[in-house]
Amino acid sequence: MIRKNTLTALVFLVPALIVFGAFSWWPIVRGLLISFQSTNLVDPAEWVGPANFTALFTDPLLGVSIRNTLLFVGLALLIGFPAPLVLATVMATVRRAAGLYRFLVYLPVVIPPVVAILLWKWFYDPGHGLFNELFGLVGLGPFPWLDSPGSAMLSLVLQSTWAGMGGAVLIYLAAIVGIPSELYEAAQMDGASIRARIWHITLPQLRPVIGLLLLMQLITTMQVFTEPYVFTGGGPENATLTVLLLIFRYAFQDGAYGQAAALSLLLAIVLGILSAVYLRATRSWSAS
Amino acid sequence: MMISPVEERRPAVRAALRSIQWVTLGLLVALGIGPLYMTVKGAVSPSADLIAKPLALLPADPRPENFATAWADLGVGGYLLNTLQVVGGAWAVQLFVAVTAGFALSVLRPRFGRYVYGAILATMFVPYTVSMVSLFMTVIDLGLVDTYWSIWLPAGASAFNVLLAKRFFDALPAELFAAARIDGATTWQLLTKIVLPMSRPIVAVISLLAVMHSWKDFIWPLVAITDPEKQPISVALANLAEQAPQDELIAAMAMALAPPVLVFLVFQKYIVAGLGFTGVKG
Repeated sequence: MIRKNTLTALVFLVPALIVFGAFSWWPIVRGLLISFQSTNLVDPAEWVGPANFTALFTDPLLGVSIRNTLLFVGLALLIGFPAPLVLATVMATVRRAAGLYRFLVYLPVVIPPVVAILLWKWFYDPGHGLFNELFGLVGLGPFPWLDSPGSAMLSLVLQSTWAGMGGAVLIYLAAIVGIPSELYEAAQMDGASIRARIWHITLPQLRPVIGLLLLMQLITTMQVFTEPYVFTGGGPENATLTVLLLIFRYAFQDGAYGQAAALSLLLAIVLGILSAVYLRATRSWSAS
Repeated sequence: MMISPVEERRPAVRAALRSIQWVTLGLLVALGIGPLYMTVKGAVSPSADLIAKPLALLPADPRPENFATAWADLGVGGYLLNTLQVVGGAWAVQLFVAVTAGFALSVLRPRFGRYVYGAILATMFVPYTVSMVSLFMTVIDLGLVDTYWSIWLPAGASAFNVLLAKRFFDALPAELFAAARIDGATTWQLLTKIVLPMSRPIVAVISLLAVMHSWKDFIWPLVAITDPEKQPISVALANLAEQAPQDELIAAMAMALAPPVLVFLVFQKYIVAGLGFTGVKG
């Protein structure tokens, strides 16, 4: 009887075992192996020891791509992190037409990323783009946006903040609505102003959610690829060349699969640590 | 409530609150509707107008035929159909894998189940982008390059889907399963007649996540589908951006963003609620 049950369960697990085995577990192990191998996809792979890592560490673009990725992550935190929190706090006070606010704030999220990026590329046009025309109305600019190494990364971050904000706003909003109103009432009786209540009740109550969204944002922005690929191709002067874009170039333009796997391994270690912290935080938060 | 109803009736508070709310609404309209409006306007404007009068709210000489031109010249219809196939297949595979695995792990509970579950959850530590190179090699080995299976099958390996399904099934009353067994239900009937009919919410959530994820994914289709005829619209647009005339490209973009925006318009309540469900508390 037990045997038969085990067998049935195994049958139902076959689809998962196949897709996870072939397209997740094996590629993870294989990525580890490839980073110590040389392969051109045709001849059998050869073991080359740490050669891929040596090649990687002598490539001046490695440092550039790490710096750029950290710049993107940092700017995205600075700009993209407080914005949804502020928006959600305002939206929580809205009684009528709350659905309209939610609809509008989430609308950019449903636009396919490539379409959104191409749109913004058109808006960023230094000649007659929407943004320079708008700034021109108040006598500012023209700004070079994507065309200058100094402002290209910031332009990427602005678009990516716009595109991704909606999800975070909805999560914050749900959390704010869930804060017990007794807390506010008690504070009010003690004479706390509205600002004091936001500062001393809303924000502290949101701390776990803020922490989780922070980690989630770090994990996503570390893997930034579509924005630099479609906006700038990594330029100008490699100012937007990110780690994942460099992996893509190594593998699919230079055919340096081993080197690409080596850099992937480094990125995987960083992301793995962040994910571990994230999962730990989710668990402790769900438990509380 | 952050602000009590009594306070809200005070004129000063009320005025401040209303103005903040109105400014926010204006900002959200500008950020949410603005780009969409500019796209549609740009799509029906001649290229010359795009350069001469980018701020005009209405096109001077609207050309709806731009849509037909873009459809024909750029092959938008074919690419949209490709995207539909990519999304449809990825959805089916993800749902099938999540439901069968969740059912096996939650209801059938084999002894080795927790090891399998652990190995599945462990993949959450490794985003697929970092094993993309080896995933590409595996896809080559299996001869799947340039077929949609190269997108569908890897999409099925989503640990989060399995987690959602298993957790939901865990919460279903076990007595029902026992009762069904006594009535002589086979395992397959247990899944299709008892478990699935009670699992509509989770099926909807997994479907939503699957569709959104595969509609938005860019890097993997870019790598796995090299045949331009088979590329989904996002990959095709990124390639066309360099060559196509500006007004046709914008018309193509308008057509590419219409389906998801329309779907969102129709299902927004469910989508927003579904996101709440999968939010951090998931």
